[in-house]
Amino acid sequence: MPKLKVDGIEVEVPPGSTVLQACEAIGVEIPRFCYHEKLSIAGNCRMCLVEMEKSPKPIASCAMPAADNMVIKTDTPMVRKARHGVMEFLLINHPLDCPICDQGGECDLQDQAMAYGRGDSRYGEMKRAVKDKNMGPLVKTIMTRCIHCTRCIRFAGEIAGVEELGATGRGEDMEIATYLEKALDSELSANIIDLCPVGALTSKPYAFNARPWELRKTESIDVMDAVGSNIRIDARGAEVMRVLPRLNEAVNEEWISDKSRFACDGLRRQRLDRPYVRHDGKLQEASWPEAFEAIRARLGGLAGDRIAAIAGDLACAESMVALKDLLAALGSPHLDCRQDGAKLPAASRAAYLFNSTIAGIEQADAIVLVGTNPRWEAPLVNARIRKRYLMGGLKVAVIGEKLALTYKIQHLGAGPETLAELAAGHHPFAEMLKAAKKPMLILGQGALARADGAAVLATARQLAESCNLVREGWNGFNVLHMAAARVGGLDLGFVPGNGGRDVAGILDGASSGAIEAVYLLGADEIDMARLGRAFVIYQGHHGDAGAHRADVILPGAAYTEKNATYVNTEGRVQLARIATFPPGEAREDWKVLRALSDALGRRLPYDTLAAVRKRLVEVNPVFASVDAVAPAGWGAFGSAGAMGAAPFVSPVRNFYMTDPISRSSQTMAECTEAFVKPKLGVGKPDAGKTGTHG
Amino acid sequence: MSASHHHAPANFAFTPDNLALAKRIIAKYPPGRQQSAVIPLLDVAQRQHGWVPDAVIEYVAEMLEMAPMRVREVASFYAMFNLKPVGKIRVQVCTTTPCWLRGSDDVVAACKKALGIGFKETTADGKFTLTEVECLGACVNAPMMQVNDEYYEDLDAASTTRILDDLKAGRTPRTGPQVARQTSAPIAGFTTLKGTGGS
Repeated sequence: MPKLKVDGIEVEVPPGSTVLQACEAIGVEIPRFCYHEKLSIAGNCRMCLVEMEKSPKPIASCAMPAADNMVIKTDTPMVRKARHGVMEFLLINHPLDCPICDQGGECDLQDQAMAYGRGDSRYGEMKRAVKDKNMGPLVKTIMTRCIHCTRCIRFAGEIAGVEELGATGRGEDMEIATYLEKALDSELSANIIDLCPVGALTSKPYAFNARPWELRKTESIDVMDAVGSNIRIDARGAEVMRVLPRLNEAVNEEWISDKSRFACDGLRRQRLDRPYVRHDGKLQEASWPEAFEAIRARLGGLAGDRIAAIAGDLACAESMVALKDLLAALGSPHLDCRQDGAKLPAASRAAYLFNSTIAGIEQADAIVLVGTNPRWEAPLVNARIRKRYLMGGLKVAVIGEKLALTYKIQHLGAGPETLAELAAGHHPFAEMLKAAKKPMLILGQGALARADGAAVLATARQLAESCNLVREGWNGFNVLHMAAARVGGLDLGFVPGNGGRDVAGILDGASSGAIEAVYLLGADEIDMARLGRAFVIYQGHHGDAGAHRADVILPGAAYTEKNATYVNTEGRVQLARIATFPPGEAREDWKVLRALSDALGRRLPYDTLAAVRKRLVEVNPVFASVDAVAPAGWGAFGSAGAMGAAPFVSPVRNFYMTDPISRSSQTMAECTEAFVKPKLGVGKPDAGKTGTHG
Repeated sequence: MSASHHHAPANFAFTPDNLALAKRIIAKYPPGRQQSAVIPLLDVAQRQHGWVPDAVIEYVAEMLEMAPMRVREVASFYAMFNLKPVGKIRVQVCTTTPCWLRGSDDVVAACKKALGIGFKETTADGKFTLTEVECLGACVNAPMMQVNDEYYEDLDAASTTRILDDLKAGRTPRTGPQVARQTSAPIAGFTTLKGTGGS
């Protein structure tokens, strides 16, 4: 542990730390542009110069390893002069267009020029101008503003794993560009907007929309996938203007996927802002009492086992527990939160969690991916695997599709056959898993949401046991979810009760007439045609498939419009917070259910959010510890049986459109045009189909 | 060089000789470090094709298991690589301070007059391309210019015109200093070691 002195204060830092980190450790701020904690060190902006005793010149603190007995000074005439000089050079070619720059108000260059610059320029010559580059529908470029810190290049190459960005030319001719001016094809591309310390890379959908000081900032949780990325929602008035990542080392570090960031424009379109009731085959606007009355009239005389409920992928835990309690009060055992039909048991928590945790990926040394495309199902899990891969010594194998991931993979086979071989120890990779110190199995919904899913799960458990994936202090068995609601639903037991029907059974029942009323809590990914003549109540926020089929629509709140609990794929309980109010007549979802229960004469016993949350803890104590992951006990699960021959296929066919919000988003539609359709071959009948159809 | 070389080709491949050469170059570096061969390979490719189109960048990138963008970064960094078609004879005149002080303006004027083109231009017959370059490291023989792989030094307007006329006529002018001087020895004759030795 090197011990050094910074501004007269002794500081001890972990080996491998830099002088800059040592300064930060005692709270001394060092200005910087190119240095970033999560990226490799470039040392090219020179803004972080400090004085080191016995060194004739100032040193770049970001690139200088901290060593014993160093004496660093950060506030001397030499340092001030160096900063003035560097800042003056950086500003030589930087345009003075701050008033029309979207970075204004949150610009590192602006802030640091104020804090460390000399206040004027002695440069009277012409500034250079650089042609703007096309980086696709998300990233807007004004390349004249670029100061060549190369953060974007390093992010694309290191974190996103697409080496498409680079710096061409040199000296005054240096320019940042993608190869052949192609759009940056990565699910994480827009993080370069946050990384850019100036206004060279800004958000295209957000261009000229708002200034940072006008925005109301709410710390919340993302629901576009099951990672539960920590986000900050920036709103102005009733509108969500943008979504930004928030640091959480255990979950998303400081990145979010492009869908998490940009699907928010879908919150303004196709919204359900008042109740509707179907009269003579047509949906007509109604008041809340009218809608409740229509439901009461239809449900009133119905036996409990003729009623069913399906919870969708974006449902919060509060609304699910309320709906579960309501179904119980109505006497129905038919409820399910696995609308894709995944054969996951609610009884054993270890069977449906990402047990190793996302941060745990960094300790793994062998990973086998089964029936999943992490790049599209959970881009941040994929980024974590790449991070581990870059540390060296990681073997990744795939059973399923041959994927273009951001690390080298060994393709073992396409389907259940290979999985069985591996589980039986007949495959050479089984030895690799056994020999590994921290082996991981990542099981995707592509392997579970199929008729033989339970048998696949049992085989995966057999593999976990035969290859010793579950050891003292390590659980290498992982299920990768895609739906933000899924783990919460399973934790709450939102699954068929005694003699209850699962999703397939509910749809069969609705088709045959055995089920007469179906309550869809934001469930849009099921085959609506199979609901037959059933009376359908749709509670949700977007006019998607479910609302079109519904007989009564109850307008609910989107994830940005309610205080809600979500559990991510690791089993981490996290709280989303209200950033804007639901539009029009729409209300927070648990309140809708609470009011409906009253109208049906079966009043739910909670009137406040605190009471609902108390009920959550009552149903499952995991809800008591927010932002924590409790290890789940290993037990028997899955049911042995014959597995089919069909290969595993990831359910996501279009990363940019997987739920009602992203399907309503203009930006996501543009991304589909730019990134997905060219790969599928436009004009194919399936090209427009969304990720979780069918 | 055929005219087709002036269009960006869709594909590029080394000739068998150059492929063997490339393999020898790659073998100089430790396994897994083959990217170190990117500059020599680009040079071999440019000597074969005359310039470096995207097809060359992609070919070299694939051979060295690099992203094409990484190869383009290298190719665009060095002025020696031509990312656009150039004439068969590339005339590069140094105009950095020592050459400029010693009369590079006259050399430049002579080049422009003899070839009838300006900087970054190619003659109509596709034979000559004229460029202005920074220091080529022959300051002691300033002013100087580089023609393809050869240096012509201690130039003035007359000698420059003569060299270019020879090149136009297909002759090979004498390289090195164009005045009576042995390489970089003092221009007014030896100043030391004049005797035959021994005290």
